[in-house]
Amino acid sequence: MSKKQDKKHQQQAAEPSLDFSKALIYTPAPESSAHIRLKKQYDLFINGTWVKPSKGGYFETINPSTEQVLAKVAEGTQEDVDKAVKAARAAYENVWSKMPARERAKYIYRIARLIQERAREFAVIESMDGGKPIRESRDIDIPLAANHFFYYAGWADKLEYAFPGKNPESIGVAGQIIPWNFPLLMAAWKIAPALAAGNTVVLKPAESTPLTALKLAEIIEESGLPAGVVNIVTGAGATGAAIVNHPDIDKIAFTGSTDVGKLIQKAIAGTGKKLTLELGGKAANIIFEDAALDQAVEGIVNGIFFNQGHVCCAGSRLFVQEGVADKVIRKLKDRMASLIVGDPMDKNTDIGAINSPEQLKKINEYLKIGVNEGGEVFQPNCSIPSKGYFCKPTLFLNTSQSHRVVQEEIFGPVLAVQTFRTVEEVIEKANNTPYGLSAGVWTDKGSKIFNMTTKLKAGVVWANTYNKFDPSSPFGGFRESGFGREGGLHGLLPYLNLR
Amino acid sequence: MGNHNVSYQPSISPPIDQISVEERCARFQSRSIKGETKVAGLKLALSMIDLTTLEGKDSEGKVKQLCYKAMHPHDAMPGIPTVAAVCVYPTMVRTARKALKGSNIKVAAVATAFPSGLAPLKVKLDDTKFAVEEGADEIDMVISRGRFLQGDFNLVFDEIAAVKEACGKAHLKVILETGELSTLDNVRKASDIAIFAGADFIKTSTGKIQPAATMPVTLVMLEAIRDYYYETGKMIGMKPAGGIATSKLALHYLVMVRETLGEAWMNPDWFRFGASKLANDILMQLAKDQTGVYQSLNYFSND
Repeated sequence: MSKKQDKKHQQQAAEPSLDFSKALIYTPAPESSAHIRLKKQYDLFINGTWVKPSKGGYFETINPSTEQVLAKVAEGTQEDVDKAVKAARAAYENVWSKMPARERAKYIYRIARLIQERAREFAVIESMDGGKPIRESRDIDIPLAANHFFYYAGWADKLEYAFPGKNPESIGVAGQIIPWNFPLLMAAWKIAPALAAGNTVVLKPAESTPLTALKLAEIIEESGLPAGVVNIVTGAGATGAAIVNHPDIDKIAFTGSTDVGKLIQKAIAGTGKKLTLELGGKAANIIFEDAALDQAVEGIVNGIFFNQGHVCCAGSRLFVQEGVADKVIRKLKDRMASLIVGDPMDKNTDIGAINSPEQLKKINEYLKIGVNEGGEVFQPNCSIPSKGYFCKPTLFLNTSQSHRVVQEEIFGPVLAVQTFRTVEEVIEKANNTPYGLSAGVWTDKGSKIFNMTTKLKAGVVWANTYNKFDPSSPFGGFRESGFGREGGLHGLLPYLNLR
Repeated sequence: MGNHNVSYQPSISPPIDQISVEERCARFQSRSIKGETKVAGLKLALSMIDLTTLEGKDSEGKVKQLCYKAMHPHDAMPGIPTVAAVCVYPTMVRTARKALKGSNIKVAAVATAFPSGLAPLKVKLDDTKFAVEEGADEIDMVISRGRFLQGDFNLVFDEIAAVKEACGKAHLKVILETGELSTLDNVRKASDIAIFAGADFIKTSTGKIQPAATMPVTLVMLEAIRDYYYETGKMIGMKPAGGIATSKLALHYLVMVRETLGEAWMNPDWFRFGASKLANDILMQLAKDQTGVYQSLNYFSND
């Protein structure tokens, strides 16, 4: 043994490097999709029934990891949106706003339980339709979605205690438009507080990931929720615009890009509609030299590679304190080498498929921009499937504040790395962005955490963790990352009038 | 003396965040190990076992039986590797040495007033030298946990360095007894002390204190090994001991080694399991893989 060891010592001494490419390669462990029942074609869910789109248009939704068509989905038009709003209005006036709050809560609880019961089916469909690893949809998206319904069900009959002396009253009909990165979870974030507060809903899921919202409609049907309380209208941008511009909607809640958010804000200016926007981000993830470094590296990975980086609060700008920068980058590169990129249905996959060809194109453009700007690129030597839309996890090292990969939201597994020397410097750099959704701070020192959280201009600041969500914790942004909060007590406010 | 000719500075040990360590371990446990990977992993785990008997009532007969089991884990099944070593008290080393003659299986001896370590340094060194003279290939020493918790890091360092010298050609495994160290920060500090003082392997536990090996503790120790390797290019081995009784858990440990240190550590030269019950559980799983059904433990020798 000693000879062998000594020989290895000599070999390794020249350039110590770790090799993750050979030993114990995990054989594929795909989650079965045999039990999944998808219809060939989905209609619109309006007034408790499935109705054909008025113009008869359908579009395809594909599996981004196989490029196969999963189903056809109705293209909702202005007339369909009008139908849905009328149903929501009638349900609001006649049933939902008059129902005792504790009865409302029962329905919301029932939806939560039904999601739990069918969690596996939801997880599989979420990964098929959106490309995210089954581990994430199974362990994060679906349980969290159920928890949001559970949480807000609890508030439904306690609104007077949530806002004492304020006479909380429901608003009316909420129009909700959600993105493709967390399809079911975003539907839960929107629907649960709206229903708990006594409103009715017209919701449009993203055009590339409508299936779990339609499955949710099936659950809602099964739950016996009164017709028209939740209406789900699928479609693309025009359908969303029809919701935004509909005169009988009282509140718009939008999660998506900053550009579209600005258009919505313009469109409803002067209409009296309430608005909450949850938009883009370019979060700073800050590693101080006194941090638990190995755990901070995990936080960097969870911050940027979670859900292929399709996360508005992704920690896409990394700031590492100078003294530990080399060490942290080295550890990060080795950690990236052990990430598994590939089939979203495989239980061992860490990074799944990019959601759509358009998004992959956008990410690839930024990879080119980053190279042209002179950033030093690192990608691990991993294989990616030849079919489907995939992107290797990527670092841009030695970037600066003026690089576009540092300034602009890429929405992919791409991390721009900078170093810093002092606390003042990193606060200034972290805040030097039009966004303000989230940030991360890594240090063993509590006082440093509190100092940073008061100075970072971000709606959410995580300390020694990243991308952690809980229904009881409010989430939302500053500046061009939007306004209004979802989750927690704060998440009820946009759906209530207080006096 | 030691891997470095300096004393240990606590400042070189980074802080450890327990919550994140536990989360990372949960990720290792969520890896799905199936098919060929499972069989290869089980055989690898078997080949990494230090088959252990450390009881006051140990007899020469029992040690001989254990040695036979080490060389012939389950002759009914072809293609089964032998274990890495047999681990005994110093007075049993000669018996084990003789019984293992002709095999590549190492003889490891616990020494230095195992398991408490509460003896004068001279006694510990004599204990070590005796085991080496009896023919031990590997010495599993215990650190002075009391002195460590007092903050007397230099004494702990010096003791390890002295035992390393007494080991001569024998390899030194340093047992931190992490179940008595109370925090992961302490586990990291003790790992760094042991490594810098000259350990060839660092080992979690004696098996006499609960909790023995856990995944979080092992991960922190693997990270210490990694940092030392980054710094010096020198590899240090790792041995979790006690509490790893099932194949599934052993596979989770292998996943952890694979994703923390990679290929180079995935062999018995650099990673060991200190265990006695694990071997039969692995054999049961391997038999199930070949025959398709689980057999009762009565089909496997309980030596």
